[in-house]
Amino acid sequence: MAATQEEIVAGLAEIVNEIAGIPVEDVQLDKSFTDDLDVDSLSMVEVVVAAEERFDVKIPDEDVKNLKTVGDATDYILKHQG
Amino acid sequence: MSSTNRTVVVTGIGATTPLGGDAASTWEGLIAGKSGVKPLEQDWAAEQAVRIAAPVAVEPTETIPRPQARRLDRSAQFALIAAQEAWKDAGFTAKAGEDGAIDPDRLGAVIASGIGGVTTLLDQYDVLKDKGVRRVSPHTVPMLMPNGPSANVGLLVGARAGVHTPVSACASGAEAIGYAIEMIRTGRADVVVAGGTEAAIHPLPIAAFGNMMAMSKNNENPEGASRPYDVDRDGFVLGEGAGVLVLESAEHAAKRGARVYAEAVGQGISADSHDIVQPEPEGRGISHALQNLLERTDLDPAEIVHVNAHATSTPAGDIAELKALRKVFGDDADHMAVSATKSMTGHLLGGAGGVESVATVLALYHRVAPPTINVENIDPEAEANADVVRGEARKLPVDGRIAALNDSFGFGGHNVVLAFRTI
Repeated sequence: MAATQEEIVAGLAEIVNEIAGIPVEDVQLDKSFTDDLDVDSLSMVEVVVAAEERFDVKIPDEDVKNLKTVGDATDYILKHQG
Repeated sequence: MSSTNRTVVVTGIGATTPLGGDAASTWEGLIAGKSGVKPLEQDWAAEQAVRIAAPVAVEPTETIPRPQARRLDRSAQFALIAAQEAWKDAGFTAKAGEDGAIDPDRLGAVIASGIGGVTTLLDQYDVLKDKGVRRVSPHTVPMLMPNGPSANVGLLVGARAGVHTPVSACASGAEAIGYAIEMIRTGRADVVVAGGTEAAIHPLPIAAFGNMMAMSKNNENPEGASRPYDVDRDGFVLGEGAGVLVLESAEHAAKRGARVYAEAVGQGISADSHDIVQPEPEGRGISHALQNLLERTDLDPAEIVHVNAHATSTPAGDIAELKALRKVFGDDADHMAVSATKSMTGHLLGGAGGVESVATVLALYHRVAPPTINVENIDPEAEANADVVRGEARKLPVDGRIAALNDSFGFGGHNVVLAFRTI
C-alpha cells in the first residue's frame, strides 16, 4: 500500500535523524535539506538512497537537485512510489 | 630569528590507545605496566590463526557524535580525538583565527597512518558485493584516502600552512612528527599538529599479517603475547589508536606563554635498501639513521638517558635495533634505559610513532621510563647490547638536562629516529 504524506514525512525525518543527527520533530515540509537540516551534497545522496529503499521509489540523479525541501521530496515520493 | 634553524618544542599532547582514552590514562597504564591486549571476540576471529589484538580502551563513538562518526574512517576518528585533546592541552580555545593566539596561515597538520582507511575500503566492498552499486556510501572516498585523518585534523584546527601525510608503514607516525619539526624549523609554520593513527583490526589485515608469520599466535595468553626481548617472543600484536603532539617554535610558545613539555630536537632518517619486509640483521640502516640524527642536531649522546624502542616483539627486529644503539653510542648506551612500550599497547603500525612520541615526551617530563612487560627470560643478545627496563617503571635522573629517543621502523626499510630533550 502506498505511503501517505504523513508517513513519508515521518520516514524522511527518521532518515535525516540517522544521517545528520537532526531531531525528528525539526524535519518539516518547509525545511531545506541543505540550509536547515545539515544535509550536504554527499549526505543528500545517502538520504535519497535510504528513501528509495524505504518507499520503493527510484529517484534518478538528475531529479535529486530539484529536491530542495522536505516538501519537494515528499511530493516526489507521493507521485512516483511503487 | 633565523628562519632555517629555529628551536621546536612540544606544547600539547593527546592520545587514544589500548590503555586509555586520553594521554593521561595511557601514561598511567604504561607506568603501571598494564597490558591492553585482549582476545578477539568477533565472529570472524574464530577461523583466524591470530585471535588477539589491542583495541582502543574507549570506543571513539563515546566522544564523537554519530552523524560525524559515520562519515569518518575509524583511523580518522582516533586522530580527531587525539588532536582535539592535544589542541586543548596546548592552551588553544578554538580553531586558528577564532583563537587569536594562532594565525591559520602559520598552522600545519601532519597526521599519518600506515594503511589508511582500510576498514572503510573493505566494508564498502562488502556493501558493493552484497547490496549493489547504489548502496556504496558517497562518503567512501574521503573516508578511505590515507590523507583523510590529516585533512580532518586540519579542518578541526583550521590549518592553512600545509596538511601532509607521509606514508612509511610502521614508521609513518614518526615520519609525520619529523616532517612537522622541519616545517617549523625551516619557517614554513609556527605550530603544527602532528602524529600517527591506525585502525586495522579487521579480518583481512589480521589474516595477511598472520600469514606473513609476523604476528604472535599466543592466543592462550593475550596479556603475555607481546613480549619484546623475551626469548619466547613470536611476533607482534596488532594495536589501534592515535597519538598526537602540538609542535611549536620556541619563540611562538614563549610569546603566548605556553607550557612546554620538551624540546623536539630533531630527526634522523635512513632507508635499509635490504629487503621489502625483513630488517637488516645488524641494524646498519638504523645505525645510519642514528648517525644522521647526531650529525644534524646538537644532541649529545651523554644526555640521552632513555630510548622508546621500536621493538615489536619479532625475533629479528628487536635485536637489530639494540645492536645499532650499541654500535653508534658505544659506552653511552649503558646509561640509556630502553623501554618497549609495545609490550603493553601492542603495535599500532602507523600510529606507533605518534603514541610512542607521546610516551617519550611524558617520560622526559615526569622523568620516569615505562617498563617493558613480559620479559621473563631476556634474550642474551638483548642483555649484551642494552639496559632494558624490565617489569617496573624506572626513575630517570632527577637533575640536569636529559634527552630521549623514539625509534620507528617500517616495512620497506624505513628508519626514523626522533629526539626529544628537557628544557
